Amino acid sequence: MTPILSIRDLRKSYADGFEALKGVSLDIEEGEILALLGPNGAGKTTLISTVCGITTPTSGSVTVGGHDIQTDFRAARRMIGLVPQEIALEPFEKVWNTVRFSRGLFGYGADNSRIEEILRKLSLWNKRKNAIKELSGGMKRRVLIAKALAHEPRVLFLDEPTAGVDVELRKDMWEIVAELKQAGVTIILTTHYIEEAEAIADRVGVIDKGELLLVQDKNTLMAQMGKKQIEVMLTEPIQSIPKALAEHNLTLNGNGDVLIYTYDIHADRTGITTLLNDVAQAGLVLRDVQTRQSSLEEIFVNLVSGAPA
Amino acid sequence: MNWSAVAAIYRFEMARFFRTLAQSFLSPVLSTSLYFVVFGTAIGSRIQEIEGVSYGAFIVPGLIMLSVVMLSISNASFGIYFPKFLGTIYELLSAPVNFIEIVIGYVGAAATKALFVGVVILITATFFVDLRIEHPFAMVWFLVLTCLSFSLLGFIIGIWASNFEQMSLVPQLVVTPLIFLGGTFYSISMLPPVWQTITLFNPVVYLISGFRWSFYGLADVPIGFSLLAILVFTGICLGIIGWIFKTGWRIRS
Repeated sequence: MTPILSIRDLRKSYADGFEALKGVSLDIEEGEILALLGPNGAGKTTLISTVCGITTPTSGSVTVGGHDIQTDFRAARRMIGLVPQEIALEPFEKVWNTVRFSRGLFGYGADNSRIEEILRKLSLWNKRKNAIKELSGGMKRRVLIAKALAHEPRVLFLDEPTAGVDVELRKDMWEIVAELKQAGVTIILTTHYIEEAEAIADRVGVIDKGELLLVQDKNTLMAQMGKKQIEVMLTEPIQSIPKALAEHNLTLNGNGDVLIYTYDIHADRTGITTLLNDVAQAGLVLRDVQTRQSSLEEIFVNLVSGAPA
Repeated sequence: MNWSAVAAIYRFEMARFFRTLAQSFLSPVLSTSLYFVVFGTAIGSRIQEIEGVSYGAFIVPGLIMLSVVMLSISNASFGIYFPKFLGTIYELLSAPVNFIEIVIGYVGAAATKALFVGVVILITATFFVDLRIEHPFAMVWFLVLTCLSFSLLGFIIGIWASNFEQMSLVPQLVVTPLIFLGGTFYSISMLPPVWQTITLFNPVVYLISGFRWSFYGLADVPIGFSLLAILVFTGICLGIIGWIFKTGWRIRS
């Protein structure tokens, strides 16, 4: 299948010599949701800005639906919608007018039924006659999404869509993203909320210092790189780990009543059976046992810090 | 050409104008009336006719130019600076539009607004003085070209400016003195010979002279020079704007 978005060796250097993108290559399939994770200044926004035409690349190529973003910029940009990180709206403009403006800018006539559909979908219909300055922060974000969807893009970029928004609005955003995916829109979102990527993405890309460290299916990533832990809770606390259990590389929690065993879920032998046998042999009585899988956050921190996950 | 985008930008800019119609419409009427009361009536009564034209009528073309030039610059500079200031320029930069379409939209709207005010001043003037327009066709062309060329200059200023202070720097420190010293309120033939020569280096002289010629057939410099001056000025502005969009100067990193 031909990717809807194809980025090849994309580089961006600024006049002061700062390299914001150091040869990023990435293919995105139609209809998927890709979350780009990375710390502040990693190059997430630069990558989006370059694809959308706000920043000029130093070298490399990008095609959207087969259209090069530089030589065939009109066709490429018509396929893209962008929701920027900052709320940037004309305060005195009315909601309806600003969405109609966006549609016009992308070369489409004012299609009232289409604009109505978008505004209703984003719960903005009742606010259509309001000036933007009268809206709450959450509503303004919705207006930004409405503007980005006004020309019915096939690829939607959401740059930190939930940065600084409350939990309720974040959940709303996730629902909107899910609906768009259902409608077949390809979504690339940047975030530094791991839980966001975990909750809504199909694939996760990790970017740091202008380099794409990895792009992988979210579940595969978690399965491959994730480690699992067993927490063995004891009825009576112990002072130190019994010698009989030394070979299991256990750690004891501060209270002395939980033994923690870390294992690789893909290993041929996880060692769980032996561990539990040895625990019983050592005369320890179990109160409870629970397992915990490392989250994307831990994987991410390990990747960015260069430590093995 | 993405004419739909041009129309969207144009409509958006005109909506701003109509939102502040009182300011857009009443302010030029009031200021022009004041000029007529002060310069035309109070001072003008002490000044002789200039080549058969009463002083009040003589200053009309200059007054129109004064307002039209200043408004063209402020409308166009504000039009493109405000999206930069608000951050909404991201949409313009990521839309399937090229620089020609952006310029037509913004400059077209700025020039329309200035033209509208120019016409309002012209109509206001008829209440104070007897106007005659000997070359109406040329008058309209001069007016339109002036609105367009100074809107182009305003567009450049709006792109260049990185704060509101810079926005008013060029209009107030450069353009206003050039207009006042460009023969708005006097014929340069009234000046001593040395100043007449120096004045010829002021490009606005050619503009006002040409525009006044279209009213009364009076000109400080040959009409051909006036036409050439405004065309050269427009060409320079277009060249600079072309370069700005080619290099992305101050808009695209």
